Amino acid sequence: MINLEPTKKMWAFVNQAHQVAAEFVRPLSRKYDLAEHAYPKELDMLASIVDGLGESGQGQGAGAKGVRRGDNGDDSGIRNGSNMASVLSIMEMCWGDVGLLLSMPRQGLGNSAIASVADDEQLERLDGVWAGMAITEPGCGSDSAAIQTTAEVDGDDYVINGEKIFVTAGDRCDAVVVWASLDRSKGRAAIKSFVVEKGTPGMRVERLDHKLGIRASDTATIVFDNCRVPRANLLGSPEVEGDQGFAGVMQTFDNTRPLVAAMAVGCGRAALEVTRDMLHDAGVEPDYDRPPHLQLGAAATYLAMEADWEAAYLLTLEAAWIADNGKPNSLQASMAKAKAARTANDVTLRCVELAGSVGYSEHELLEKWARDSKILDIFEGTQQIQQLITARRLLDLSSTELR
Amino acid sequence: MPSPRPSQRGVATYRRHLMGGALAVLNKIAQSRVIDRFGIRKPTERVVFEATKTGFRTVGAVSRRFTRKPSSAAPARLHNRTNDLFDLTPTDDQEMIVGVVREFARDVVRPGAEKADASCATPDDVLEQAQELGLTLLEVPEDAGGLGAERSMTTAVLVAEALAHGDMGTAVACLSPASVATALSLWGDGPQQQTYLPSFTGSEIPAAALAVAEPRPLFDPFRLETRAVRHDDGYVLNGTKSMVVRAADAELFVIAADLDGSGPALFLVESDGGGLEVEADPSMGLRAASLARVICTDVRLARHALLGDARPETYAECIRLGRLGWCALAVGTGQAVLDYVIPYVKERQAFGEPIAHRQSVAFMVANIGIELEGMRLATYRAAARAEQGKDYAREVGLARRLCTEHGMRIGTDGVQLLGGHGFVKEHPVERWYRDLRAIGVMEGGLLV
Repeated sequence: MINLEPTKKMWAFVNQAHQVAAEFVRPLSRKYDLAEHAYPKELDMLASIVDGLGESGQGQGAGAKGVRRGDNGDDSGIRNGSNMASVLSIMEMCWGDVGLLLSMPRQGLGNSAIASVADDEQLERLDGVWAGMAITEPGCGSDSAAIQTTAEVDGDDYVINGEKIFVTAGDRCDAVVVWASLDRSKGRAAIKSFVVEKGTPGMRVERLDHKLGIRASDTATIVFDNCRVPRANLLGSPEVEGDQGFAGVMQTFDNTRPLVAAMAVGCGRAALEVTRDMLHDAGVEPDYDRPPHLQLGAAATYLAMEADWEAAYLLTLEAAWIADNGKPNSLQASMAKAKAARTANDVTLRCVELAGSVGYSEHELLEKWARDSKILDIFEGTQQIQQLITARRLLDLSSTELR
Repeated sequence: MPSPRPSQRGVATYRRHLMGGALAVLNKIAQSRVIDRFGIRKPTERVVFEATKTGFRTVGAVSRRFTRKPSSAAPARLHNRTNDLFDLTPTDDQEMIVGVVREFARDVVRPGAEKADASCATPDDVLEQAQELGLTLLEVPEDAGGLGAERSMTTAVLVAEALAHGDMGTAVACLSPASVATALSLWGDGPQQQTYLPSFTGSEIPAAALAVAEPRPLFDPFRLETRAVRHDDGYVLNGTKSMVVRAADAELFVIAADLDGSGPALFLVESDGGGLEVEADPSMGLRAASLARVICTDVRLARHALLGDARPETYAECIRLGRLGWCALAVGTGQAVLDYVIPYVKERQAFGEPIAHRQSVAFMVANIGIELEGMRLATYRAAARAEQGKDYAREVGLARRLCTEHGMRIGTDGVQLLGGHGFVKEHPVERWYRDLRAIGVMEGGLLV
């Protein structure tokens, strides 16, 4: 039966996440925006709280448990499960602060990758490890099949060489999931992901970037210089088997994109709420019933923003719901990320405009959210990549036909 | 033949639940001639309501005798439904009902859309077939002869969406009587329901229209210039309504008018009660809906013509449910655009390859898909909240904003993707472009 409200069973959990965001995350927001690269020590305690939420059964922490489909054998009826819980909790945490959510120990995007593709032995071994994700290189971003980093077999090990940039939480995490090629002559089929733990000889954090936004989150450049990892650290199959293998690593993105969409939804809602309060104080009340052209321009602008936000929110829930019910959600995941990320960017920027010099000033967080939101339309697949994926799916065209 | 009603006096009394309702719909469809007739019967001759007749005025259609049934019986109402899971799966009943409507839209509505647009009228046989599908019964309580046991705005939204995939103008013409039946079910008192509803649950469904819009820029449905003034033991109605669906044929109107300066209210107005003039008002699109203006000049109404209690909340519900219906139509027509442009851009060649292989083209298609899905989900959310008795003003307002903005974008991109071919009537995209401009302009007309 069609109903677009998540089950009430999640309310208590979502409310908890909101309390954490309101009482813990938001108050630290400006502090770590200003103190870029300082480790938010408060997060250690927060991580324990989030772990507790995850253990409480309903919750999935900040979503780092990834997506594992069809693994609980119960196909009877419709589920609102862990994916729904993940996107809802991420929305709340990012209503608090996107950068701090990205710095949450043990909740990295690498954890999502591990959770999504690791075998049972690896899952157990890597339990409790905070994992970042290292894909991008100085010479390639969206075109992830073009990576130069290599992994050569040597005895029982792989030897990794290359340079990775834009590694979120790359300095603070315990391990990174690195994409590297087993054989550069074999193209994308040879690209595999490897878990490299911090302290492994040959791996070093080269530098940290200074950024437009999400400054609470460290973004690292990591160099691998004859870095040796055991064979058991390869995630998925070691065989170079046509495009199947690469499709496998790319599938990680189907799982992380709804999470990034949820970040955008949370950030956008934060800006909308503050702006609405400001409009109220200025005597402007948006009215859902009156035709927008008969309302003040600011009210009409607000309503248009909230409408796009609503679409982003619902598309994100849809992508999570499909995954919860064991079906492929690649199309909806890309649609959700495309819509949510561009909406969050547009909404936060327009909210600054509506709030004027108050919005532009560091007195409020609006200007920060307008800086933070930009990355959401870039990482885990840019707006253009999401459109490309959506178009290929809708048009049923291959990546050689629609490039 | 109306289907038999369960006995209310037996040892065990049964209320028809939605499952039963759906079966009744299927039974009705199985008995009807619609299936046999799909695409076979020639449209019957009728006086067309042509564009060239702008300015032609006529008195209201002669109505059947609606004999007032004074009764103290309580009105029949539908109950709210509930669900506690996020779920986008239609019920089995909805699948069945919408499946049949979708076939009708594909086999009858779409093939006839071009002609209906050109002649500014939906052919009688199409209207009859639509009524045989039981469209007027969905939101009428079973106690009043309808099929419903529970309110189901989502069913109504799915039906409207499926019809508009065939053609928006035809969908509006087919759904207009249902909007009046729904208004009577929602707000009619016992006597009003017993006076009018039997016509909508019988075999010859009257043309009927819900008239809200008025012909002026920056129209606000909450500030009407059509006025009802209390007079003797009733009301006197004056003013002009616009975009009234099939007004020349309508036997019964629900007309929105300001009541004594205290705000808008709804009135039941029979077409031949005197004082009504109908003026054809062919517009940019929705031409199959035979839009017209209805000019009320000292229309005298009895006291019992007031529909509902004239509370602001009742009227606001009417406006919101109407907008929800238009959102559903936008989604259906938007899907029609997407389904049409996909094969086109894959076949159309330029610079030695299909234009779909170019990102500038492919990304337009992607954005149609993305925004359309957002429109659809926002519309469903509003409908689901409404049928569960939850507050839905916000959700309807946002869905309308999305469908107005992105619906029109989809309309214009549909034409753009076909280039010059999209601009000529050889393809339906120019019609969808014209129809989609109605979203955000139209008020009333539908009720889900």
